[in-house]
Amino acid sequence: MSLSLFLSQHGSRMTAQWTLSLLLSACLFRASCSAPAIPRPPRSLHPVRGFNNSGGSLSVDLPMALRVFSVDYHHVQAPFEIVLWIMLASLAKLGFHWSGRLPAVVPESCLLIMVGLLVGGVIYGVRHSAPPTLSADAFFLFLLPPIVLDAGYFLPGRLFFENLGTILWYAVVGTLWNVLGIGLSLYSLCLLAPGSLGDISLLHCLLFGSLIAAVDPVAVLSVFQEMHVNEQLRILVFGESLLNDAVTVVLYKLFESFLRMPSVSGLDVLLGGCRVLVVGMGGLFVGLFFGLIAALTSRFTSGAQVIAPLFVFLYSYLSYLTSEMLHLSGIMAIVTCAVTMKQYVEANVSERSNTSIQYFLKMWSSVSETLIFIFLGVSTIQDVHMWSWPFVCSTLLLCLVWRATGVLLLTAVVNKLRRNTVTFRDQFIIAYGGLRGAICFSLVFLIDDFPKKRLFITTTIVVILFTVFVQGMTIKPLVELLDVKKEKGALPSVSEEIHSRLIDHLLAGIEDVVGYWGQHYWKDRFDQFNVKYLRRILIREDHQACSSILRVYQELERQEQRGDEDVPPPISVLIKGTQTAAYSRHTLHQDAGTRKPLHRHQSLEERSTINTQVGLFSSKMSTKH
Amino acid sequence: MGSKASTLLREEEIEEIKKETGFSHSQITRLYSRFTSLDKGENGTLSREDFQRIPELAINPLGDRIINAFFPEGEDQVNFRGFMRILAHFRPIEDNEKKSVAVSEPLNSRTNKLLFAFRLYDLDRDDKISREELLQVLRMMVGVNISDDQLGSIADRTIQEADTNGDNSISFNEFIKVLEKVDVEQKMSIRFLH
Repeated sequence: MSLSLFLSQHGSRMTAQWTLSLLLSACLFRASCSAPAIPRPPRSLHPVRGFNNSGGSLSVDLPMALRVFSVDYHHVQAPFEIVLWIMLASLAKLGFHWSGRLPAVVPESCLLIMVGLLVGGVIYGVRHSAPPTLSADAFFLFLLPPIVLDAGYFLPGRLFFENLGTILWYAVVGTLWNVLGIGLSLYSLCLLAPGSLGDISLLHCLLFGSLIAAVDPVAVLSVFQEMHVNEQLRILVFGESLLNDAVTVVLYKLFESFLRMPSVSGLDVLLGGCRVLVVGMGGLFVGLFFGLIAALTSRFTSGAQVIAPLFVFLYSYLSYLTSEMLHLSGIMAIVTCAVTMKQYVEANVSERSNTSIQYFLKMWSSVSETLIFIFLGVSTIQDVHMWSWPFVCSTLLLCLVWRATGVLLLTAVVNKLRRNTVTFRDQFIIAYGGLRGAICFSLVFLIDDFPKKRLFITTTIVVILFTVFVQGMTIKPLVELLDVKKEKGALPSVSEEIHSRLIDHLLAGIEDVVGYWGQHYWKDRFDQFNVKYLRRILIREDHQACSSILRVYQELERQEQRGDEDVPPPISVLIKGTQTAAYSRHTLHQDAGTRKPLHRHQSLEERSTINTQVGLFSSKMSTKH
Repeated sequence: MGSKASTLLREEEIEEIKKETGFSHSQITRLYSRFTSLDKGENGTLSREDFQRIPELAINPLGDRIINAFFPEGEDQVNFRGFMRILAHFRPIEDNEKKSVAVSEPLNSRTNKLLFAFRLYDLDRDDKISREELLQVLRMMVGVNISDDQLGSIADRTIQEADTNGDNSISFNEFIKVLEKVDVEQKMSIRFLH
């Protein structure tokens, strides 16, 4: 038994390493194959001795005309390469988590970028030309939506709406502050160094500022994932990174179109401001529309339960594509769609469909994220770099400085209006956690060509690498050092749900007495509207009566029954003690908003207490009847 | 109505309320005008009917209990001091207050907030939430769609999660313990406008 254990531990590691090296050699083989230096003759039927390498296919020619064995790579090239990349990414991820201590210190994103750099370097060395880069279309249309959808579906709704004002404040005003600050400072730098940087105009600087200032949701998610800071801090940073998409998209397109126009008037600037509103609200409404339709469709899926999860993905993706088509904010659309349809879909579809939805979301977003980071690494190896010490260093510095001052100022204002203040430590983490990622990268490639475009690309890459590596790696120790408030890992319990509901009702009542239309008042109003109209239309008749207290109770019962029989539930409740605190997106963490305890980290002791409780409980039940 | 209201409230009273509850001067005057607008009988006190006239409170599942909480034991009228004393429980805890280990515990401390919530369950004031009291509150919050059996098992489980001394009811200390991971200071606070 010990031998098999040994083999399973070390054997899989070795297997992974072998497969990894096999893959690398396969990549190399393909790379060398598809680099035609000499035009090859078309494939002929004349029997020729030896190897005939023509048009990417390899065959051993025998004296007979019939070929017994042939390799036709061309036929499968596109899907084959895609699968290879995904395979590489996933095996790389597996590899890190086998090596115990490394994932605890270095965030996954860093490791993936390094793998990407390695692969890119290898391909460059073999082919002597630039490796494939991440095309902006592939990124925006295929790689980004799953991640944002996953984030939106598991968004802690309650917490998000409670902090919505602050989040919007940071996202809109903060991003504007950063863009204008960085853009104008860079322009003054260019004026000071006319020799090397003289041909960068103000609009170019502003354009650059708009793409470099935005905080990236993918990078933020991957770093904050396992940090366990308090929920308020996490939702602030994360919410900001999601919502600033509207502002970034508008400003980027605005400056781009200004660049193409012969002159810019004040009216254009004003119209640009209106566009921010249109883009944001438009994305919101598109998402709302598709979310409601998805909820309605899910009502009728009882006949074909297997395809019920498909509707979730289809409608969300449709909302994203529609808003991209209308030049609205795709991220806002897809997040709104997910948030809107979630409660109705969960009530309508079967439990297994729910599990499938959650599982597939996690899987796709994980794959996407891995691919994005690997391609970031690969795309760094290029011919097109242009370096300029003053520009690059000052961009880095300005990003940090402007973000820090922005956060300080904005928080000072918003703290006066908030119920719970944002402490200085939290502010530091918000400022420091403003990571840049693949969105800036793709946007910089989309700029119209001009002499200094290569400089912009290089600078963007440097900034991204800096934020992901330096800030990403040091933020965790800083959180420990500054003693930032951590999240209270509460066990799911019916008591908490009941008492929280009681407190909600109580607070709503007190607000009514005082005559203050605060959060609880509006939440209450929305809940009433929800129950009266929305739930009636969008949820199946037999599923409507569920109160959240009952749901929590039933989930807990179900979970314990499964744990009692020692069969691990499909979306596993990871045992905390035996896992190092790795940065990872593999775990499904709890949706704090609705308090669904389906996915949880549970330590060994906690599990055993629940089991004894179940034992007590079931004995009580049996004595009652 | 506005000017008449402020002359009825004397400066010394405002000072006393300020000391007792921690509200600011402007908050007290604001809340006083709200008090007088609720006080249809214009006799300086509020009765249960005055509260029930608030429309949203009428449809709140816990409306009756909340109204009850304003009235001291056995009385039917509450004056402005009593009104403010109850509302003081919901004042947010400010940073400088957390540090002051001064006088007696302020009304908006965590323990007092939790005590207020506890008293919503514990109608007979025996410092214990019995199974029946819990069932009553559950029924009010959950509505009519759940059967008695299910409700009973939920209540049993709730008591079980909290009960440490095996008396099949939840004492105040057990209640505090169950909610120790919940951020009560944030949840049970209202921003009273300045």
